Amino acid sequence: MAILVDANTKVLVQGITGKQGSFHTRLLKQYGTKVLAGTSPGKGGFEVEGVPVYDTVREAVEERGVNASIVFVPAQFTKEAALEAIEAGLSPIVLIAEGVPVLDSMYILAKASEKGVTIIGPNTPGIISPGLCKLGIMPAHVFKRGVVGVASRSGTLTYEIAAGLTKAGLGQSTCVGLGGDPLVGLSFIDVLELFRNDEETKAVALIGEIGGNAEEMAAEYIIKTNYPKPVAAYVAGRAAPPGKRMGHAGAIISGRTGTAESKLEAFKKAGVEIARRPSEVASKLKEALGSP
Amino acid sequence: MKLFEYEAKDIAERFGIPRPKGIVVETPEEARRAFESIGRPVVLKSQVLVAGRGKAGGIKFAESAEEAYRMAEALLGSEIKGERVSRLLVEERIKVKRELYVGFVINRASKRYSYLASTEGGVDIEEVAERSPEKIVKGDVDPLKGLQEYEARYIARRIGYRGRQLLELGAIIKRLYDIAVSYDGELIESNPLVETEEGTFVAADMKLIIDDNSLYRHKEYEARAKMAGPEMTALEARAKASGLAYVDLDGYVGIVGNGAGLTMATLDLVKEYGGEPANFCDMGGTATIERMIEAVEIVLSNPRTKVLLMNVLGGIIRCDEVAKAIVKVKEKMGFTKPMVIRLVGTNEEEGKRILSEAGIDSFDSMEEAAMKAVELARGA
Repeated sequence: MAILVDANTKVLVQGITGKQGSFHTRLLKQYGTKVLAGTSPGKGGFEVEGVPVYDTVREAVEERGVNASIVFVPAQFTKEAALEAIEAGLSPIVLIAEGVPVLDSMYILAKASEKGVTIIGPNTPGIISPGLCKLGIMPAHVFKRGVVGVASRSGTLTYEIAAGLTKAGLGQSTCVGLGGDPLVGLSFIDVLELFRNDEETKAVALIGEIGGNAEEMAAEYIIKTNYPKPVAAYVAGRAAPPGKRMGHAGAIISGRTGTAESKLEAFKKAGVEIARRPSEVASKLKEALGSP
Repeated sequence: MKLFEYEAKDIAERFGIPRPKGIVVETPEEARRAFESIGRPVVLKSQVLVAGRGKAGGIKFAESAEEAYRMAEALLGSEIKGERVSRLLVEERIKVKRELYVGFVINRASKRYSYLASTEGGVDIEEVAERSPEKIVKGDVDPLKGLQEYEARYIARRIGYRGRQLLELGAIIKRLYDIAVSYDGELIESNPLVETEEGTFVAADMKLIIDDNSLYRHKEYEARAKMAGPEMTALEARAKASGLAYVDLDGYVGIVGNGAGLTMATLDLVKEYGGEPANFCDMGGTATIERMIEAVEIVLSNPRTKVLLMNVLGGIIRCDEVAKAIVKVKEKMGFTKPMVIRLVGTNEEEGKRILSEAGIDSFDSMEEAAMKAVELARGA
């Protein structure tokens, strides 16, 4: 088992004829992801990497039975592409673009929640259930099928920590890139909830950063629900000054909220293992799982 | 991007929100004429983007045209919290009965606009929230429905208004929401929104922050957003022009990484090992070679940088290309500052060979690299 995506996920690539879209379609197929269709308005009837291209999402759904989507269109067109996928009932929908206007995200997320559709991102590397399905742009070679569920707000740091888990022999069940924007589809709590019921996931790694209070809320959730699996957390940005955006649109300490300390403090209270260095996530979880 | 007060008020006026009569001036003489045209006691407000300009002496009152001239002379060209004053907003002084707060802000948890309204305006709303939370009315707006007139009136009712005032205040609240949506506002607030002695409402101050990612929809501000902000250092401005996420810090270990999270984690490690980062420089998760060269150059040209620490986890970018680029920068700049590189990922063996031939240290683990960089910086 895995969460959100697995071997049965039939993928649509929106924006498949673009540079990013075609490049990653090749990598997704190489990985073994079932990419069954692509869309690009006006280019219906063509093929990219052996994948048929449609003008509309509807056609792709009707003719190829796709059930999930990865969206490679530029930020200013992401809202439209996402709405088209939401209305067609695809889920999850992965929004790769960085810099989607926050009002667009607000509208996308409200529509998705009305329709019961899961949005991953925007500004995310995507999601991967190693060996089963990659629906994202992550470098596949650092991931390996295993027992740790990963939820992260940051792309390359996910690769870093996943590589550590792989090296430690733990591997990953599913890694979800929540996204680095202020508004994103999935929260740590949503993913923790999914991992709770996933038998294969024996432990969870949370990778947070400064800004917002998603980590604090996750800590509260862990306490409140007496979370049954060991959790380790790494929070980036202890050295970040207030008021400056650190790369991600969402990574900013504003006023008295969003500091790394407050997040770490909250996790500590919840009994979460705190990793001071990225490599400690693997060692702490290994210890918690009692493996040699 | 934060707009100047007068810009936000111009927008408010177009949306039908009452504002004090006001004129933007750039010289003392213009301030004198503005006083005469307004014909009443005025307030001169420095148009700067920093918070707390009142406390910092950026707001003055004038009873006569001569006084307006003198005050303007003192304010124009002065600096408020490091920002130079080049314009003043000269406004009629409003007779205040009560100061309110009304604002909309994007709420990350509920993924909606939250409204805040209070009869305790004129001060920091966070202070009010701590001191007397019962004085704040708040809630969320459904983005699919938008804020309805009746909801806006209900907010006015909940902070205590009835009759004609409820209708007027409700209309202002609704218009503020309309501005937020029309201008991709991350935050819009009127603080204070003044209830005058006559019982009407006037936006005595207005703040509007536009989401930077939406600026392509707001062409009138787009060009300005690309310019260096007053708070930016020269290197930050250069990096911004090259599309790098760069922040200057006070330390001495120069840091370049690919991806915001990884770069932040690198900073944290440097601190963990007793060093101080000179900067944060994120090339982006899918960095190109050109961008990388620019990043290294910027960080090395920071005079505080004693050692360069570069952390690259090559996913899509290939390590051999990264290595070649690093060698190229070193040759070009003729630099003597030590470089510590952490390089793993696609084609990493080839990348490491290229680096070692050029006499540059490279590591597999970011922890080891950070430790080495701190050690070198301390010896330097």
